[in-house]
Amino acid sequence: MPSLESALLDLNALESLALKATPIHRLDPRAKVLTALACMVTVVSFDKYDLSGLLPLIAYPVVLMAVGGLPLGPLLGKVLVASPFALLIGVFNPFLDRAILVQVGPLHLSGGWISYGSILLRFGLTLLAALILISTTGFNGVCLALERLRVPQVLVVQLMLLYRYLFVLAQEASRLLTAWSLRSVEGRRMPLRVFGSLGGQWLLRSLDRAERVHLAMLSRGFDGTFRPVRALHFRAADLAFTLGWIAFFLLARGFNLPRLLGQVVVGIFS
Amino acid sequence: MSHHIVEVQDLNYTYPNGPHALRGVSFRILHGESVGIIGANGAGKSTLLQHLNGYLAPTQGSVRIGDCPLTRETLPQIRRTVGMVFQNPDDQLFMPTVYEDVAFGPSNLGLPPGEIETRVTRALETVGAGHLRDRMPCHLSGGEKRAVAIATVLSMLPDILVLDEPTSNLDPRGRRQVMELLKTFHHTKIVATHDLDMILDLCERTIVIHEGRVTADGPTDRIFADADLLARSHLEKPFRMQACPVCGKAKNQSIQESSRK
Repeated sequence: MPSLESALLDLNALESLALKATPIHRLDPRAKVLTALACMVTVVSFDKYDLSGLLPLIAYPVVLMAVGGLPLGPLLGKVLVASPFALLIGVFNPFLDRAILVQVGPLHLSGGWISYGSILLRFGLTLLAALILISTTGFNGVCLALERLRVPQVLVVQLMLLYRYLFVLAQEASRLLTAWSLRSVEGRRMPLRVFGSLGGQWLLRSLDRAERVHLAMLSRGFDGTFRPVRALHFRAADLAFTLGWIAFFLLARGFNLPRLLGQVVVGIFS
Repeated sequence: MSHHIVEVQDLNYTYPNGPHALRGVSFRILHGESVGIIGANGAGKSTLLQHLNGYLAPTQGSVRIGDCPLTRETLPQIRRTVGMVFQNPDDQLFMPTVYEDVAFGPSNLGLPPGEIETRVTRALETVGAGHLRDRMPCHLSGGEKRAVAIATVLSMLPDILVLDEPTSNLDPRGRRQVMELLKTFHHTKIVATHDLDMILDLCERTIVIHEGRVTADGPTDRIFADADLLARSHLEKPFRMQACPVCGKAKNQSIQESSRK
């Protein structure tokens, strides 16, 4: 099934972005995990009507994508794919909350529209922060950072295996679906009976495959712990990156920067 | 050096769901020997190989690698000694980059980073894949994947190499490269395959398995000369020993004839 395979390719593309060598990629994974986390917490903590206060935080994805050499199109594409969820959540806000909050010339903005915009912006920012984290660090890098940050190892190994077997499962599923679609009438939905046996096959094949991968891991001395190949070093640059961004997030949270800027500009001209 | 000996005695294995895959297999492979294991599909080759690094435990009989019998306690040591290359490299490569994949084994051995680096570099150079070190395994060609899969095993410095169909699914040139590579190893080698021409080039000794039993064990040229034995085991002579489709003469026959004159 093409959509399944293209989803896999997408995931691969994200992972291959992590192989670049930019200043952002060279940072310690822990610095990037902590910063991304701080960004998400800050974004989520804003009041629902505080759309303007959120705006400065756009600097975070913009700067990281520019310095990290990440392509805008594919990342925004992924945000769009996930957006129906966020679009639906706030879709009734403009109808329920009609109190006018902002008036710009003839344009009257109700609280509903502002909170809807704030939901969308928050959704976009958090998702972008996560995507940027993966595409500059790689999934295994993130797992490694989590382990060093004292997240229980059982959980981290689970995450790594989940990610590894995701590909195994999806590849098996795509082979089964191809085999089925080649011999089925074009455009017909899969009958329940076929779906059942296909699902069973999928499970059995994945188990077989997983067993072979597990054997390969055991053959190379795997004993339940993943050991990092490269030692992590938290350098001054990592500390500066983390603290710098966290200071920026606190600043943006504490003061409404666009309003301050507006006041300064207005002050100069009057 | 007795620790490179592989000794299998009266090995029996029955799968939990019924099939009796191995019925009393016995052989002894000495240090530095290169042995081909051949047999029909389902003859028990893969089941046999899976006993050699302790993935399967014999229902009856025993496996000895060097001085240790294969038991739960000796398993880590044996897995370090026996390097296993799988039939499908996709099963063997599971880390995000080639480097990390080749380093996976040495890092599990608890080696210091410098030593890991040296081993990975050396293993990748041996298989001619040094330039692939930062690539993702899923983006490699079949031949490159196979080379990297062999490197992942070499980086553990095994004494014994076990290879399951090392030339399957490769184009002729990729197959030739893998064969040239294997020729340069002086390890004890055990190769299970249907590629009998490769056995002819690589292995001086061949073990034939049919329906879970060893039906022949001896010098490769003698086994390949026995057409009846091969036919009984659902095999054929290697292509190079069969009649030429153009001139009708077998290459080896003509060599033998010319040597008689």
